[in-house]
Amino acid sequence: MGMRRLFGWLLAAAMTLAAGAAHAHPHVWITATSELLYAADGSITGVRHAWTFDDMFSAYAVQGLESKTKGAYTREELGSLAQTNVESLKEYAYFTFAKADGKKERFQEPVDYFLDYKDTVLTLHFTLPLKNPVKPRQLVLEVFDRSFFIDFQMAKENPVKLVGAPAGCQMKLDRPSDGSATAQKLNEQTFLNGENSNFGMMFANKITVDCP
Amino acid sequence: MKQHLSLLTRGLIACVAVLLVVIAADAALHNLLAQNPFGAPRPAPAAEPEASGLIGWLLAKQSEFYRQMSSTIRAAKSDGSAVWTLLFISFAYGIFHAAGPGHGKAVIASYLVANRETAGRGIALSFASALMQSLVAILIVGISAWVLNATAKTMCKAEGVIEIASYALIALFGLRLVWVKGRTFLRALQAAQPVPAMAGVPHDRHDHGHHHHHDAHDHHEHDHHHHDRAHAHDHAHHGHDHVHDEHCGHSHGPTPSELAGPGGWRRGFAAILTVGIRPCSGAILVLVFALAQGLFWAGIAATFLMGLGTAITVAAIAVIAVSAKDVAARLSAGRDGGGALFMRGIEFGAAALVLLFGVGLLFGYIAAERTTCF
Repeated sequence: MGMRRLFGWLLAAAMTLAAGAAHAHPHVWITATSELLYAADGSITGVRHAWTFDDMFSAYAVQGLESKTKGAYTREELGSLAQTNVESLKEYAYFTFAKADGKKERFQEPVDYFLDYKDTVLTLHFTLPLKNPVKPRQLVLEVFDRSFFIDFQMAKENPVKLVGAPAGCQMKLDRPSDGSATAQKLNEQTFLNGENSNFGMMFANKITVDCP
Repeated sequence: MKQHLSLLTRGLIACVAVLLVVIAADAALHNLLAQNPFGAPRPAPAAEPEASGLIGWLLAKQSEFYRQMSSTIRAAKSDGSAVWTLLFISFAYGIFHAAGPGHGKAVIASYLVANRETAGRGIALSFASALMQSLVAILIVGISAWVLNATAKTMCKAEGVIEIASYALIALFGLRLVWVKGRTFLRALQAAQPVPAMAGVPHDRHDHGHHHHHDAHDHHEHDHHHHDRAHAHDHAHHGHDHVHDEHCGHSHGPTPSELAGPGGWRRGFAAILTVGIRPCSGAILVLVFALAQGLFWAGIAATFLMGLGTAITVAAIAVIAVSAKDVAARLSAGRDGGGALFMRGIEFGAAALVLLFGVGLLFGYIAAERTTCF
């Protein structure tokens, strides 16, 4: 029987290691600031993001790009890269998920996008117009990568701005707890809790705006 | 009465075999359900990643080491001693990271189980494929970024092509294993049909003196295989298409040097190529970053140490897989044909798993480590 138990343990270990562990850790870190854009009538028209990449990814992204001054890149020199970025982001739904009064809202393709390069890091600026402007009581905006390839952190200072919001709107930001601490807290129980357990969600930045 | 009992035993063993395959398939299915960064976005509830305390810890650790890499490379620019820190971090990162996706350890483990390979061979395969993985990463960055000064977009395309090729290779490799193991399994199934015992049948003449190479402990188990094979041959009446062509690994000793024996490396090469051709995104990023800092050599050294760390983890997994299979073989030995059926079932399951992984990766059902394209 000892053999049987040993076999069970070995099998469990092999299975856990071979198949279960297939989950990524972040390779790219983004520090984000987001602006919620309001129309004159108080409806939300879109989101404007500024995402600053970590220095490793920034170095990777500018590899091989032509620039007049070594180690410096102008907005124009980064133009084609910015375009590639926003085009590729489409596949990931721009890592931006909006819900107006519980209803999922969709975004159009990004506009007004550009990259700038400062202190060896890139920042991608772009605006995501909502397909249909909404005027909800509550808007929930989440920014995260489901697969956690990218670790999104909202900036420490002024992470979220409401631009032209009606008076009385309240904004609340829920940050994911520190990535590593959260990852350590993950255990079997976390994932047995329900169908909607979602790995990347643990690292979501949740912006909630309540308007009267 | 004896007939009756052994039927029951066979039934039980068949159930266990099916259960094992189901467990294996379940693990794969969990991956199937995982979010796929390449394909169309799946609805949120479909993403059902699994993690445990151990895996959470692994994730946290590798994340930590990975993050330290860029600052250490930067530090190495002015302070040469930081290179040692970089090498240590890379090694540690490799060890932890190999528990992540894209490293083909599942493929290696399944291959070893399906092909009845030895632990020593598993270790050799792990190290060879990790070395190849490092070399591919260095070649991609060395040629495209350093020599050709290509952009990230171009590199990314190259990575994409290699990635698809590697998934196709896994699928093909799996298909071949399934074909071979499926036939063996079917034959074992036929042999396990309740027919009057053939215990008196002498060993078949295809027994190319295998026994001479075996140590005593293998001998026992092997006798059973042969015993069973005698049944198989008798029932199939086509002894020449024989099963134990695939068993050559069995006659090899556990030392990696014996890999160089007839067909040794050639046979293993398919596995090495399948697993090693796809570089990990982390290594590519580190290499390009090191190149940008004017420290490409440090990036190369870091990549090799990452590979070494990876190899150690994959080798450990390979040894666990081979041991599990050996224990299973010993447990099922002496069960009058059913034991052999059980083992053929496991082997077939492992082969199917490789195919499943390949197809899943190829069609984007399994979330692989994403390439850094955007």
